[in-house]
Amino acid sequence: MSHTPTPQPASAPGPGQKGPAQRRGKRHGRAAAYAMVAPAAILLLLFLVIPVGLAFGLSFTNARLISPNPPRFVGLANFIRAFTADPTFLRSLLNTFLFAVVVVPVQAGLGLLLAVLVNQKLRGTTFFRIVYFIPVVTSIVVVSILWRFMYQPDGIINSFIDTITFGSWEGIAWLNNPSTALPAIIVLSIWQAVGFHMIIWLSGLQTIPEELYEAARMDGASSWEQFKNVTWPGLRPTMIFILVTITIAALGLFVQIDVMTQGGPVDSTTTIVYHAVRRGYREQQTGYGAAISLIFFVLVLIIALVQRWLTRDKD
Amino acid sequence: MKRTGRTLAAIALISAVTLTACGRAGEGTGGDAEAGGTTKVTLWTHSAGNEAELEVYNQIMGDFNSSQDKYEIVSESFPQGAYNDAIVAAAASGDLPCLLDMDGPIVPNWAWAGYIQPLELPAAVTDELLPTAIGKWDDKIYSAGYWDAALAMFARKSVLEANDIRIPTPDNAWTKDEFDAALRTLKAAGYDTPLDIGAEDAGEWWPYAYSPFLQSFGGDLINRDTMLTADGALNGPEAVAWGEWFQGLFKDGLASNTGTIGNEEFNRDEVGLSYTGVWNALGSLDVVGDDLLILPPPNLGNGPKIGGGSWQWGISSSCTGAALEGAREYLEFSFKPEYIAAFADKQIVIPATEAGTGLSEYFKADGVLRPFTELTQFAVLRPETPAYAVISTTFQTAAMDIMNGADVQKTLDQAVKDIDADINNNDGYGFN
Amino acid sequence: MAKRSPKNPPKDPSLAAEKRRRAILLYIPMLVLAAIFMFPLIFMFVSSLKPDAQILADVDSVRAFLPVGDISLNNYAGVFARVPFARFLLNSVIVTVLIVGLGLVVNSMAGFALSRMEWSGRKLMLTVIIATLIVPFETIAVPMVYWVSKLPTLVWEGGMLKYDFGWLNTYEVMIVPFIANAFSIFLFTQYFSTIPVSIDEAARIDGAGWFQIYSRIIAPLSGPAFATVAILTFLPAWNAYLWPLMVVQAEQMRPVMVGMQYFFQLNTAWGEVMAYTSLITLPVLLVFLVFQRAFVSSIAASGVKG
Repeated sequence: MSHTPTPQPASAPGPGQKGPAQRRGKRHGRAAAYAMVAPAAILLLLFLVIPVGLAFGLSFTNARLISPNPPRFVGLANFIRAFTADPTFLRSLLNTFLFAVVVVPVQAGLGLLLAVLVNQKLRGTTFFRIVYFIPVVTSIVVVSILWRFMYQPDGIINSFIDTITFGSWEGIAWLNNPSTALPAIIVLSIWQAVGFHMIIWLSGLQTIPEELYEAARMDGASSWEQFKNVTWPGLRPTMIFILVTITIAALGLFVQIDVMTQGGPVDSTTTIVYHAVRRGYREQQTGYGAAISLIFFVLVLIIALVQRWLTRDKD
Repeated sequence: MKRTGRTLAAIALISAVTLTACGRAGEGTGGDAEAGGTTKVTLWTHSAGNEAELEVYNQIMGDFNSSQDKYEIVSESFPQGAYNDAIVAAAASGDLPCLLDMDGPIVPNWAWAGYIQPLELPAAVTDELLPTAIGKWDDKIYSAGYWDAALAMFARKSVLEANDIRIPTPDNAWTKDEFDAALRTLKAAGYDTPLDIGAEDAGEWWPYAYSPFLQSFGGDLINRDTMLTADGALNGPEAVAWGEWFQGLFKDGLASNTGTIGNEEFNRDEVGLSYTGVWNALGSLDVVGDDLLILPPPNLGNGPKIGGGSWQWGISSSCTGAALEGAREYLEFSFKPEYIAAFADKQIVIPATEAGTGLSEYFKADGVLRPFTELTQFAVLRPETPAYAVISTTFQTAAMDIMNGADVQKTLDQAVKDIDADINNNDGYGFN
Repeated sequence: MAKRSPKNPPKDPSLAAEKRRRAILLYIPMLVLAAIFMFPLIFMFVSSLKPDAQILADVDSVRAFLPVGDISLNNYAGVFARVPFARFLLNSVIVTVLIVGLGLVVNSMAGFALSRMEWSGRKLMLTVIIATLIVPFETIAVPMVYWVSKLPTLVWEGGMLKYDFGWLNTYEVMIVPFIANAFSIFLFTQYFSTIPVSIDEAARIDGAGWFQIYSRIIAPLSGPAFATVAILTFLPAWNAYLWPLMVVQAEQMRPVMVGMQYFFQLNTAWGEVMAYTSLITLPVLLVFLVFQRAFVSSIAASGVKG
């Protein structure tokens, strides 16, 4: 109960069951392996596993950040409260998954499109690569402040739409409208991060041997056919990496919410991490916040396992 | 490193991690080490980046340090936006300095938790202060401040006169009907959203600025008789009336929830009335000059109300011995009228004592910001309960949701549920 | 693979014209996109030259992106007057360089052992790493603060080395917890596992030790993986805000992101915020320019497999 649910080291198969030569080499290597893995293992234990374990333990108590009363064991009360008496939590679950479901495919797709564009043999593509990457290296706090300005009713986004629709546009307060706030944050988030995934797609594109394209062209394949039959299969490993990184970032959505909407309007942008921080830190309900975090870890773990299972399958 | 700390320690031990059980080898990096006969007294402020305020603090500390050689004040300043996070973390890990400043409403929470100790300053000092410049818990004074802030309605005399709107006085504030009519008149006169209420801001501003409206309607954030439930206070008929009214301001286009924090819109004459703080008064005075009116907020039924309680000084419980004496001596030293006047004039906030007011350029009897000192009679403290941390964020969310069109009764009922759940989880915070 | 089609590739004089038309067709969307991605930097930089009131007034029109009106370097002067900028910058550089540098060594060694060596506990560690890939730092920040405040440390006191407890207010508290990174280990593991094992076997026959194989053979072959991890760990280290805020109290140790809060007083000094953010974004852009080439030719097919 006090530790992360890591199983005992039982299932690892003994290494030395093969040939005698190999056995000697492997056994020899064991000390070296421990030496090489030790720094990382110790650091992860100290700064990841133990804090997660502490959070795990706290989630079954009524601990407060600041309190004269000793925390009490309250069993599953925090978890029951989350699912039955805290509609904002349920809304946070929903919003987080909505966000991820939109952002993961759209950002991956746009990233690929950009990568294909800047992978053309044209002058100046390096310049464009750098330009598209600029939002990634700009602090997300700064970016969020900036977009809050632009989303105002008389902000630049409304006045731009107004211009291209020849004045038929009624300016709306994007972030103050429950039906547009989350989409607005989705757009900003994709804009901010897509350059990063463009670069990763690009690195994938560049490992596809040019000969394959030449062969395809010799066969008279159109651009689309080249993409479908040469490019896409070659990008498979990159795609998995991209899906994993975007999913991680999307599920952990926090800063944009904290800076731009504080979860509002009417809970339309609250997310699990934001809610955990709000309850656990700002409102000092440490035990309850820890319970929300724990629920989050479990859900994310399930998603990660499903993703791994889906992508391992055909490899 | 007290209570929550101890539990965490217990959990850590259960986790079979025994590092914490080891004893400390030496007297390490404690805050109040003696050095050559003088005792160092550590002090934290939230004023980093605020040159005007820091200047006054540096002046006081310099004066104090050179006035005697028993104690030396050693200060560290934090930017305001980061201060609460930094200080809560320090509290949770037992790393608080001797002297620290904190926002008024958090004082009961801290006192209850045992992080700060009673000030025990001479009554001669504390009796002089505005009641809202003092933080109490359990009938003891835990904090005291040099000033308080106040909100007011800013208006242009010429605009009100041109639209035949009565100019209210503290004794005769606008009634709700008068206020609503004034807003509609101003809207008709061409102000797109006649009232700048500051709704684009977030955080503590919301309970500070808008719970006084709720109280003026007759509702409240919590039932202050028992401090055990918000039921009836935050979701009763008066509170619902407040919610409907507040929602209406935005729905009818009388106030806007966008724009920029500060008083720019008023200074540019884009709004007719601005509900904002004393700290913006000098800037508006520069622009508007004699035409500027500083008016009481409307009387929405239960008299005009404004929020009270600003930054105040306390002494942490970990401060003991000579350092504690030094801390008290410093605080007593710091409440000199000239310092209080210096804060008032540099920061543009209301001096907490009569003597300080007399020395202040802006707030003295014929000072240009004098009207603010009359408004402090309407000040209401935010509820002095440790539950305030939760009340604050809950009220914020509820009021924002109401602004955005949520069902008022339902929203307030849920807010009551959230607040009451927290109070129950903490066994009533010692009130029962 | 590719479908066969009877069409011949065109080989006539119109080819050059065709090519040019295609180039133009590509440049147009690229330029439009460039405008969309550029504007924060432009807005930031342009605003850093304007007084606050003008920034707010310009925000609703194209003037927000033009250096027009009252242009000056006053905001930069204000920044240097308000915060000890050089000190903050130095702190951020120290912290970031150490997190990235030490992280590359520690995580790549672990990745090597996980991908190319057999040892009991390997599966367990892989499981732990997969399970902790997604732990947003915000959710464990509170237990973490308490925890680091209890960790032992060495202090020099009265001419001898002593034990003490509490990492608060030190550089190590900003660095050490972030050296080992599950995601970096994961990346290295994946990358290394694509390099044929036969290399190791050959090297061992030649008498090379495991550490030599790692440092002399595998690491030099993995430049792209190192570049990827460097960038991935650089950004969060540079942007660290919540953690240093909670654990470091001395002003001389604050990193640049905490410094940003100095400008958010009762009324935000927007011009100085923009000047400050311009100053702290510049180093990141420079780092990216330097790593760009290595990074772009990185992860690739060898990058990640499920």
